[in-house]
Amino acid sequence: MFIINCPYCGERDQSEFSCGGEAHIERPKQPTELSDDQWAEYLFMRKNIKGIQFERWNHIHGCRKWFNVVRDTSNDKIHAVYKMGERPPIK
Amino acid sequence: MINNLRINKNNFIDQTIRISFKFNGKKLFGYKGDTLASALLANNIHLVGRSFKYHRPRGIMTCGSEEPNAIVQVGKDSSLTEPNVRATEIELYEGLEAFSQNCWPSINFDIGGINNFLSPLLPAGFYYKTFMWPASFWEKYEFFIRHSAGLGKSPTKPDQDLYDHQYVHCDVLVIGGGISGILSAKLSVAKGLNTMLIDDKDYLGGSTIYQDDDIFKINNENSNVWLKKQIETLNKIPNLTIKHRTSVAAFHGYNYLLARENLIDHLNIDERKGKIRQRLWKIRAKKVVIATGAIERPLVFSNNDRPGVILSSSIKKYIDYYGVKTGENISLFTNNDSAYETAISLNKSGVKVKVIIDIREDSNSILSEQVEKSGIKILKGYTVIDTDGYKRIKSFDVMKLSKDGGSVVGNKITYKSDCLGISGGWTPMVHLFTQSGGKLKFRNNDNVFIPDENKTPSKQISVGSSNGDFELDDVINNTVKNIKIFLGLDKNDFENLNIKCSKEKQKRNIWLLPSNKPISKTKPFLDFQNDSTAKDVKLALREGFKSIEHVKRYTTTGMGTDQGKLSNMHALGIIADTTGTNMGDLGTTTFRPPYTPLTFGAIVGRNVGKFFDHTRRTAIHDWHVKNKAEFENVGQWKRPWYFPKNGETMHQSVQRESKAARESAGILDASTLGKIDIQGEDASEFLNRVYTNAWSKLAIGKCRYGLMLNEDGMVYDDGVTTRLAENHYIMSTTTGGAANVLSKLEDYLQTEWPELNVYLTTVTDQYSTMSICGPNSKKIIKKVIPNLDLSDQSFPHMSFKNSKINNVKCRIMRISFTGEHSYEINVQSNYAKDVWERCIEAGKEFNITPYGTETMHLLRAEKGFIITGQDTDGTLTPSDLQMDWIIGKKKYDFIGKRSLYRSDTIREDRKQLVGLLTDDPKEVLEEGAQLVESLDKPIEMLGHVTSSYFSPNLNKSIALAVVRSGKKLKGKKLIVPMENKNINVTITDTVFYDKENKRLNA
Repeated sequence: MFIINCPYCGERDQSEFSCGGEAHIERPKQPTELSDDQWAEYLFMRKNIKGIQFERWNHIHGCRKWFNVVRDTSNDKIHAVYKMGERPPIK
Repeated sequence: MINNLRINKNNFIDQTIRISFKFNGKKLFGYKGDTLASALLANNIHLVGRSFKYHRPRGIMTCGSEEPNAIVQVGKDSSLTEPNVRATEIELYEGLEAFSQNCWPSINFDIGGINNFLSPLLPAGFYYKTFMWPASFWEKYEFFIRHSAGLGKSPTKPDQDLYDHQYVHCDVLVIGGGISGILSAKLSVAKGLNTMLIDDKDYLGGSTIYQDDDIFKINNENSNVWLKKQIETLNKIPNLTIKHRTSVAAFHGYNYLLARENLIDHLNIDERKGKIRQRLWKIRAKKVVIATGAIERPLVFSNNDRPGVILSSSIKKYIDYYGVKTGENISLFTNNDSAYETAISLNKSGVKVKVIIDIREDSNSILSEQVEKSGIKILKGYTVIDTDGYKRIKSFDVMKLSKDGGSVVGNKITYKSDCLGISGGWTPMVHLFTQSGGKLKFRNNDNVFIPDENKTPSKQISVGSSNGDFELDDVINNTVKNIKIFLGLDKNDFENLNIKCSKEKQKRNIWLLPSNKPISKTKPFLDFQNDSTAKDVKLALREGFKSIEHVKRYTTTGMGTDQGKLSNMHALGIIADTTGTNMGDLGTTTFRPPYTPLTFGAIVGRNVGKFFDHTRRTAIHDWHVKNKAEFENVGQWKRPWYFPKNGETMHQSVQRESKAARESAGILDASTLGKIDIQGEDASEFLNRVYTNAWSKLAIGKCRYGLMLNEDGMVYDDGVTTRLAENHYIMSTTTGGAANVLSKLEDYLQTEWPELNVYLTTVTDQYSTMSICGPNSKKIIKKVIPNLDLSDQSFPHMSFKNSKINNVKCRIMRISFTGEHSYEINVQSNYAKDVWERCIEAGKEFNITPYGTETMHLLRAEKGFIITGQDTDGTLTPSDLQMDWIIGKKKYDFIGKRSLYRSDTIREDRKQLVGLLTDDPKEVLEEGAQLVESLDKPIEMLGHVTSSYFSPNLNKSIALAVVRSGKKLKGKKLIVPMENKNINVTITDTVFYDKENKRLNA
């Protein structure tokens, strides 16, 4: 159970949040112009990294805002938290 | 031969308070401060259980949580009895009743003991190897295996005790109240930090508190005297919380820990009433100090499991702390100095130590010299090779070790003893450190895994013997030095203590001690609880198991309730020796929570019974109760299922309700449907993107049914949305999908379409909904709202009007889920029951019939309307549901659109929704039943029934099903094979009733 620093509310227990999977997967602007393979890439392909991963989190039992988290999946260390639409502060 | 083995010297047991208890039905007594184990030993009872596999007699072996043998059933009450409790941890109370486990008919005569003689036939993996073939026989074996296996018995009635959960935040959490924990806590509180000190015993001080010998001195006082003074100063420090009888079960990431506090298990039964039994502490600590100590290792030699074979340090605690002699004639067997401390304690208490067998050649420390001076015989460079005695050790055999320790030489000597203390060195308790994600390193000189300070995942530190410091001066000096850095302290009182102690001079370790017999003729036990021996580990290695995790599971070593606290290190050592690997490279098995078993009560706390989950009731609930509704759980909601009259069955009620709704009028409480208020200038565009059909042209005051997909094109939710104003809609969702739909829509708004100006608000609880349907519904509404124009021109199907019922504002929608002429009334929830009762009153002359979810399901099935989640399961597209009409083909995009023409979704042989009629109209299919074309094997499954009812309005059985290529199969005959018959069915259209929708405007 880790502690997440919600960019809107501050530090809260993990139990208040839900994880929305990999971040920075933008919904294609013109889906109808994509091939099956290109659409499948957006729809199904997700990374499952041991190490630094960029994730979407939602403060579901709090302010209900979505934001991004940079988490090391091997030890749950959170390296950065930033709002939707912002660029990752670290690579 | 029962005699009292209590000596009249000690500071810890209150011999003025006598406590009576029962063990296996026999009445015994002990004193206040005893554990069940110490009281049994005082009564000269060693034999307490039978082993798991061979049913060998087993005795108390330790004095703590690592106990593998003395696990007992406590209490007889069918709701309070508790299995697998360690006798070494139960504090004695008046009326305690405990029983041995895993023996039948009695502890002294156990039929399963025959397994002991069959043991050559029961090697590691015996069950895996023997009962695999033929697979169909497992059912026959299982009964016998399950019957003879198993530890205690579960209670058969609900637990009556109270359990609690509590959160706590602290600056520093110190786990363990031994000398290093006490020093850490004192340093922490002196710095002004909010500190919590936890110990699993009822007293503080660990093993130092009864170390009363002038070999161990701190500032010229015996170490126990010095420590006692330190503990006394802990009282009444405002920034220190001490929790006794509290055991940390789990150490998770970010310094989040769970600890179980025992509050009443030590009280007499009559003092417990109304009190909380256990509290689970959920601790978030800024910094954690692990001071959990070490436990002594046994030694592995043949027949090392007889009752009377006890860890040497436990013998010392029984005599020094509890004042109990574990035998009249004790011998000790060791590979290190700590057995000499035991010898000194026994000697002082007047218990004769017959002989000390030390596998080391030369061990002239202060301790050993003192023992030698006292005249106790010491055999150096010897080993015990075997023991004798069945229910209690009687004697043991000793031989000289060869120089390399690999074999024994010379003649066998036999010693008589009724108790043999064994000490194989010490294992730091690193469980919590590794649970938190810490990595261990191996120290070769004394074969211990200790925390790697460079691989510590959070702000924590391990001190004392849990960090591998075993001598008093190292424990104190390193604890003080490391805590000073860890907490950022200045000078302190403990930096220059004058410490005097014995230092161990020589180390020698042999994981599996040699014998004069071949290993196949010996029984050197590793895991006492699971009866696995060194032979089993070697067999597993011969059979090709290499990883420690595999050997563990194959031999079951370390898999008992003690989780291998005594056995794991030896198993690792023997694997390393046998395979020629370094133990450090081999690694350990994974330590998982809980450190000691937790009760289910502690885990669930107050979340039992009606507090297990939230219950949601509609505003009209009380009326339903009064009118004898049977309820159905839909998510957390209680929904009326049906309203039985005069002892009707469910079938009879549903048939009556369904007929009434079609023939005159029915009323349904639909308040549980999700309601989302959507506002903002881009609301129409938003709906365009989330629903499959077009929304921009929906006129104000009109309603439209919408289907929502996932991005993969599969149907996710459905419902009717109404345009209340230019930029204002109200969306309804399914009951179960309400919360998820809102979250999903929020997700898109916040992350994909932040440019849209739209606000979503859930109003499910704020509005209540009642649906009145049937040919007389119009007349009833007319009575309730006389001034409302109900003509089809003014108020057509799929439109809405604002109105008032007896001055209560309401929204009336003409929408229908039954195919009948229907009105849906939405009112503020606090007026809902009143409005409902007015409708019922107005409908009396038309026999208005309240109906529940079952009738609702039946009526919509007659019309072929789907229920998402019942007829769909996340694998069906709108086209699969024969709902192509709802796809806005001209729309540029909507959620899931692109997926509707992926190669997989355009396959024609997908499962598709169809109607089914049974050849025998009275035969009602079972939902979930499989559909097949022929019974020739192998039978191909074509689909399954999703909804099935007997329709009173059609007087026949109807069903919906999903069938492969179903759309093309209308008229096709299929078979539904059931357990005792085959049912013939025909594929039909999905709409069974009023195909022309004439009744909507009837």
